[in-house]
Amino acid sequence: MHLMVFAILVPFFAGAFLILANQLASYLQRMISIGSSILLLVVALLLLTYALSGEYFIYQLGSWQAPFGIVLVLDQLSAMMLVLIAGLALVCSVYACLGDDARGAHFHALFQFQIMGLSGAVLTGDLFNLFVFFEILLIASYALLLHGGGRDRSRAGLRYVIINLVGSALFLVALGVLYGVTGTLNMADMAIKVEQLSQDDKPLVHAAAALLLVVFGIKGALLPLLFWLPRAYASATATVAALFAIMTKIGIYSMVRVFFLVFGGEEGIHLSLWQWVWPLAIATMVLGAVGALGAQSLRGLTAWMVIISVGTLMAVISEATIASLASALLYLAHSTLLTAAFFLLSDVIERYRPGCRDYFVPGPKTQDRVMLGVLFFTAAVAFAGVPPLSGFISKVWILSHVDSLNGYRVFWPTLLLSSLVVLVALSRAGSALLWRQNEQQVSQAKAPYMASILVGLLLLLSVLFTTFAEPLMQFAQSTATQVMLTERYLQPFVIGDI
Amino acid sequence: MEFMVAILLGVLTACGVYLVLRPRTFSAVLGLTLLSHAVNLFLFSMGRLHSHTPAVIGAVDQHADPLPQALVLTAIVISFAMTAFVVALALRSALELRNDHVDGVDKEEDPI
Repeated sequence: MHLMVFAILVPFFAGAFLILANQLASYLQRMISIGSSILLLVVALLLLTYALSGEYFIYQLGSWQAPFGIVLVLDQLSAMMLVLIAGLALVCSVYACLGDDARGAHFHALFQFQIMGLSGAVLTGDLFNLFVFFEILLIASYALLLHGGGRDRSRAGLRYVIINLVGSALFLVALGVLYGVTGTLNMADMAIKVEQLSQDDKPLVHAAAALLLVVFGIKGALLPLLFWLPRAYASATATVAALFAIMTKIGIYSMVRVFFLVFGGEEGIHLSLWQWVWPLAIATMVLGAVGALGAQSLRGLTAWMVIISVGTLMAVISEATIASLASALLYLAHSTLLTAAFFLLSDVIERYRPGCRDYFVPGPKTQDRVMLGVLFFTAAVAFAGVPPLSGFISKVWILSHVDSLNGYRVFWPTLLLSSLVVLVALSRAGSALLWRQNEQQVSQAKAPYMASILVGLLLLLSVLFTTFAEPLMQFAQSTATQVMLTERYLQPFVIGDI
Repeated sequence: MEFMVAILLGVLTACGVYLVLRPRTFSAVLGLTLLSHAVNLFLFSMGRLHSHTPAVIGAVDQHADPLPQALVLTAIVISFAMTAFVVALALRSALELRNDHVDGVDKEEDPI
């Protein structure tokens, strides 16, 4: 099925063309970028309809036979991630055309390369290829983070680049060990080889798995490795930050994919990894909540909300049951959309209040106060987990599926308290931004209505999420089953012909 | 040979880690370079250490594993590009922040 490779090729060709054609009029560049995003969304939706059958689709690049060649693997999880990426990319690329893209060179090309790295990372079935796609998305993200210039971005960018370069080095070490022990890089083939390892080699694989945990922890912002995130996300251009909302989730996706598949099994290595992840994830949630209370701008607050959602996700996933993974997948989609909406919303608010931007200080009266209020209120309700929007449903589902003893004793109170803290922080943000407007002259600044419409569109998805909760839950359930029960994934590789 | 490579790897990594933890960007960049050297060498040695064994089937009795060599090639290209990027970034942040600290804090800056 050649359609799979289009998910990588479409943004690749668009990005490459945009680099060559950087003299093109800006409206043409924008049209190419948006067109490529639309095309990617179509491809992703088509792939999703294929994946819904519950089959695995394997594409051998250049017809080199797996496990020697590189394969792309499409299943429900990768299709779901792909749709999420493509949808977010479309919204962000349209939003960028409202002025963000003109603040620096090559925005659209970098944007497309970032999308290419993201969609490649979720499709690939080869560990080294995963590294390469990680590098592609990281290199694009380094440049995107700096887009627009300024001191904050330089400082945040430097730290972000250095920590991710160290992460890449660790990734390569882990891959080296895994290749040295198993002699393969194909994930499915490696899973089979890991099962058959002798006792002497087990500790080596354990060490490599722990290194991978560190690498994905850096990408996903797990506790000791998250301090690059708040400043990086808070200083990035709004469009870029909204796109980055999916990047932490790619770290989590890789954890789910690699740990359950390669180190899976009844008594697999992954169980000892989750033991590490669980307490760190709880601590991440606590730290995220503290950070959210201390944030001084809407962007900073959103960055901390990203951290809270990452902590929640990892804590739920580390329960390592099908039910908990299913609820985590739903929460992943919800939290990605909502944090992206908040990043865009903070930019909309900034355009309405040019002087005080999105900082929590009383500013002049703004235009369109009702519209801003409705957008902010809906987003806050949806994220904090107040009924009836998507946050409520996904959190209830999470709570009902985390049923281990430690889950009841530690996770439940932490999740509920962090939700409360988010609610408090968002109320503070809302009243500072929208209510406490002082008696100065009414500000005439306005954002284009298109910006508000795009934020509204993301929030509409949250409403739809609630409306179609049941089919989405069934989808998440079958996806989680497919991820956890890996026999069928491994089947073609055992026989050796696909 | 294994012993020598192991020592070399250890020294390179230790120096790399030490330098990355230094506060100045220049030493951090040097540290990253050393780390990537260590990683490349490590990847290369994962194909097992032999001498006089080209990665060609039939040329000699025992041929080397070509895959780690290909991986190292990819890793070298990526780390080379990244070093160039991080040097440019370090220069730019040194100019903009008026100091070359990784944490480059300025008194007049805004909080997050």
